[in-house]
Amino acid sequence: MAVVMTNVAATKRKKRSQWGLAFRRYRRNKLAVFGLIWVALFLLIGVIGPYIAPYNYQTANFLAANSPPSLAHIFGTDNLGHDMFSEIIWSVQNALEIAFGATLVSFLIGIVLGMWAGLRGGLADLIIMRLVDSMFAIPTYFLDLILVVSFGRGMGPILLAIGITGWASYARLIRSQVLSMRNSDMVEAARSLGASQTQIAWRYVLPNVMNSMVVALAFGIPGDLTVMAGLSVVGMGLRPPLPSFGNMLAQSGVNVLGYPWLMYFPAIVFAITLLSFLFVADGLQEALNPKG
Amino acid sequence: MTQELLRVTDLKTEFQRGDEKVYTVNGVSFSLREGETLGIVGESGSGKSVTVHSMLGLLQGAGKVSSGQAIFQNRVDLLQLRRKQLEDIRGRDIGVIFQDPMTSLNPTMRIGNQIMEGMLTHQYASRKKAFERTLDLLHEVGIPEPKARFRNFPFEFSGGMRQRVMIAMAIACEPQLLIADEPTTALDVTVQMQILALMQKLKQDRKMSVLMITHDFGVATNFCDRILVMYGGKVMEAASLDTFIRRPLHPYTIALKSSIIEVGDRHKKLQAIPGMAKVWNAPPHHCPFYERCTFATQQCLKEVPELTQVDDQEDHWLACHHVEEVLKSVG
Amino acid sequence: MSVEPLIVAESISKNFRVSRRTLRAVQRVSFSLQAGETLGLVGESGSGKSTLGRLCLRLLEADEGSVRVGGQDLAKLSPKALREKRKEMQFVFQDPMASLNPRMTVGKAVSDALRIHGIGTKQERLNRVEELFTRVGLSPEIIDVFPFELSGGQQQRVGIARALALRPKLIVCDEPISALDVSIQVQIIELLRDLQKEMNLGYIFISHNLGVVQYLSDYVMVLYLGEVVEYASADDLFEHPSHPYTKVLIESILSVPSSDAGRRELIAIPGEVPSPLSPPSGCPFHPRCKEATDHCRQEKPLLREIASRHQVSCHLYA
Repeated sequence: MAVVMTNVAATKRKKRSQWGLAFRRYRRNKLAVFGLIWVALFLLIGVIGPYIAPYNYQTANFLAANSPPSLAHIFGTDNLGHDMFSEIIWSVQNALEIAFGATLVSFLIGIVLGMWAGLRGGLADLIIMRLVDSMFAIPTYFLDLILVVSFGRGMGPILLAIGITGWASYARLIRSQVLSMRNSDMVEAARSLGASQTQIAWRYVLPNVMNSMVVALAFGIPGDLTVMAGLSVVGMGLRPPLPSFGNMLAQSGVNVLGYPWLMYFPAIVFAITLLSFLFVADGLQEALNPKG
Repeated sequence: MTQELLRVTDLKTEFQRGDEKVYTVNGVSFSLREGETLGIVGESGSGKSVTVHSMLGLLQGAGKVSSGQAIFQNRVDLLQLRRKQLEDIRGRDIGVIFQDPMTSLNPTMRIGNQIMEGMLTHQYASRKKAFERTLDLLHEVGIPEPKARFRNFPFEFSGGMRQRVMIAMAIACEPQLLIADEPTTALDVTVQMQILALMQKLKQDRKMSVLMITHDFGVATNFCDRILVMYGGKVMEAASLDTFIRRPLHPYTIALKSSIIEVGDRHKKLQAIPGMAKVWNAPPHHCPFYERCTFATQQCLKEVPELTQVDDQEDHWLACHHVEEVLKSVG
Repeated sequence: MSVEPLIVAESISKNFRVSRRTLRAVQRVSFSLQAGETLGLVGESGSGKSTLGRLCLRLLEADEGSVRVGGQDLAKLSPKALREKRKEMQFVFQDPMASLNPRMTVGKAVSDALRIHGIGTKQERLNRVEELFTRVGLSPEIIDVFPFELSGGQQQRVGIARALALRPKLIVCDEPISALDVSIQVQIIELLRDLQKEMNLGYIFISHNLGVVQYLSDYVMVLYLGEVVEYASADDLFEHPSHPYTKVLIESILSVPSSDAGRRELIAIPGEVPSPLSPPSGCPFHPRCKEATDHCRQEKPLLREIASRHQVSCHLYA
C-alpha cells in the first residue's frame, strides 16, 4: 500500500518577521534613511527642546534686536531681540503637537467613517461618501480659517480645526481598500468560519489596510505642517509670542532684504523637515507595499 | 535528414531577488529540427518558461542570462543579439503565443490593427496587403465574419477567441518557429481541444516547428513529437514521443507520470511524489531531484548527472546515475 | 429506514444583476448527499459550479429553493444561528494564498477558527492547532510562519487544517488542487480522501478536472450554463455518459496515450459556452450539439431519470 509521505517540514521556523523584511527594504532607500534620521532628531528636539534651548521664547533682549548670527545668537535675533535658534527649537515642539495631533484627529475620523462606509455599504456608505465629496468641494483652507476665527488661535483650536477638516482623504482611501477586500477570498473564508462583522473588520480587514494608512499618515503630517504655516501667513496661526515656523516666516518676509537670516534659518529647517517627512513616507510606501 | 532550426547549449539564467540569487535555469541544452514539435514539460519552478523567455529576451525584472548559446537557423546566436535585432527576429521568424491572451493584447487597439501592426513593423507587407492578409488570417484561425470582427476590441472576445487572435498575430509573418507558452492552460477543456486542433492544422500546413511549454502531460503527449522533461532548471529526460510514452527512464518522469489522475483511475491507488520542489539559491551541486527520488544514493549527492544518450540507436537522453537500477525496477 | 441526509438542496436558483441584465448563475438545482459521500460538480467556466458551492453553505443567498444541512433550513437561520451552524460546514478555496490573511501567521489562521467561536483557552487552541498541523502533514514548527513563506501545497494544507478545526461534517472544496503542481495534487487528494474516511466527512468537490472528480466522487453532477445536464454515480457517468455534453467533455480529456499510434486525433466540437447573460432558448446546449433538433431549440428538456440514480436532461431520452 502506498503511503502519502508528507515531509514538508523543510521550511524552518523563521525569525525574520514581515516588519524585519520591510525594514530591510526601507534601508535600501538612502533618502528615506536620511529623512528618518532628521525626523527622529526633530522628534527628539520636540521633547527635550525646552531644556536645551539657550533662551526662553519669551525672553526679548531689545539691546540685541536684529543682530546677525554671532556666537551668542548663532541664528541671529529678530526685531524684538528673540534668539532665533531658541525660537526654532521651541517651534519644533508646537509644530509637532499640532501636526501629529491634527493628523491623528483626521486619521481617527477617517478610519472610522471609511471602515463603516466600506463594510456596511448601502445608505451609510452613501451618506459618508457625499460628506467626503462636500469636504473635497469646499476649500479646506478657508474652512480652517473660519474655524480658527470662531474657536480662537490657541494650540487646541488650531489642532482641532486642521484635524476635523482633513479626514476626507483618509476616509476615501480606507473605504476603497475595504471595498476591494470585502468580496475577497480572505473575507469570505473568515465568514465561512463563522466570524462576525466586527471580527472580520478588526482581525482581517484592518490589519491589511494598516500599511496604506501608515503611508497616508506619513504623507499627511507634512501636509498639516504646511496648512499650519499657511494660517500664520495670514495672521491666523498660533498667537505670538508662541513661536511657530509660520509666524517666523511670515514676519521675516517684511525684512528679508535687511535681515535675511530671519528667513534663511527657519525656512531651511522647515523645508528640510517637510522633505524629510515626504522621504520617510516614500520609503514606507516602498517598504510596506513591495509590489505597488 | 531535416535541418536543425534551433540549438540551445548550456543555457543558464539567474534572478536577483532582494539579497538572494535564484538560479532558475542551470545549464539547459536541446535542439529542435525543422518541422518538429518539441514539448517542454515541467512543474512550476522547473525553469521551462524562463528557458524560453531567456532565448527571446523577454526576461522580467532582475533576470539575467549568465551563459549559453541559442543558435537559430544555423546563423545567429539569439543570446548575443542586441535588443533591436532580437525584436526583428521575434515576430518575423519566431512567433510567440502566451498563456493569457488578455495581458498580451493591447486592450485599447482594434484586434485587426494589432494583427496588421506586426506585418507593418517587420515590413512584411504593404498596408493594403497586410489588411487583406489580416482578413485571411482571421478566417484561417476560425474567427467568423472577419470583416466585422476586424474592428472589435479584445474585451469583446471570449478567452478562446482571444487566443485565436494571438495565434493569428504569431503566424502573420509566416515564422519558421512558433513558441507556445502554456497556450491552453487558461481555457476550458472543449476550447483547449479547439485551439490544439487549430495549432496542429496550422503547423502541418506550414511545416512550422513548434516549441510548446506545458505542465500538462496529456496535452504534450497528444501534440508533440518529442518531449523534454525539466526539473530544477535542468533537463532530466528528453526522448521521442514513442520512447517517452513506452519507456520513460528517469525516476522523476516515471513518478510524475504515475501521479497524473486520469479518467478510469477511480480504483487505482495513487502514488504521490513526496516533498516538493526547492528554490536554488546556489547553482545545483547535486541531482536536483535528489531529495524526492527513491533511487537516490550518495553518488547523486556528490555529482550532478550529465544528460547522456541512453543508447546509440534511440533518440533518448537521460540525466540520471541509476539507469540500470531504474531499468531493473521497471522490468 | 433511511438516514437523514447531510445536505439536501431543493430547486435552488441564483441570479445576479450585471449592469441591468440578469445573469442566471444557477437554475433549479436539487440533490442530496449522505455523510461520508462526495458529490462532484463538473462544468466549464460559466457553468455556475462555484456559485452552487457557495449557495450550499449560504455564503451566497439563494433566490429560490432551500438548502437543508443536518435537517435545518439554512435560509431560516438568524445571522447568529448561521454563524454557529458554520461549525458544521466548511469551505476550502482554490487559491489558498488569497484565502489566508497575509498578516496572520498560519498557526493563528487555524486557531482563529476556534477563537471566533470562543472555543478553548489559548493553550488548548495551540495544542489543537499542532494536532491539526500534524494531521494534514505540516510540521508544527511552521506555526509561526506567514502564508507567503510557504509553497502552494503547504498553503492548501493550512486551508484544510483551518476547515477541519471546527470538526465539520460537510466541506465544500472549490477547485482545491487546480492551482497546484501535478505531484502536489496527488498529495492533497490523498489527504482529502484519508480525512473523509477518518471523519466520515461529506464533500462537495468542485473541479474542471474530470479525472480527479471521478477519483474522489460517489456522485457527479454535470452543469452547463447553470443547469444540471446529467447526474449519476461516478462509475455510471463515466461508463455510460448519456448527455451529449457529458460525452463531449469526456472526449475532450487528453490522456497520455499508450503508444505513438494511440495518439488522439485532435477533433474539437465547434462553438464555445455562450454568455450566461444571454443563454440560448430551449436546451442550453443545442447550439453546440450534434444531435440537436427543432424540438431542442424550442423546448427546454426536463431532468429525467433514465436509470436508478441517473438523471439526464435531454430530449433524446424523452
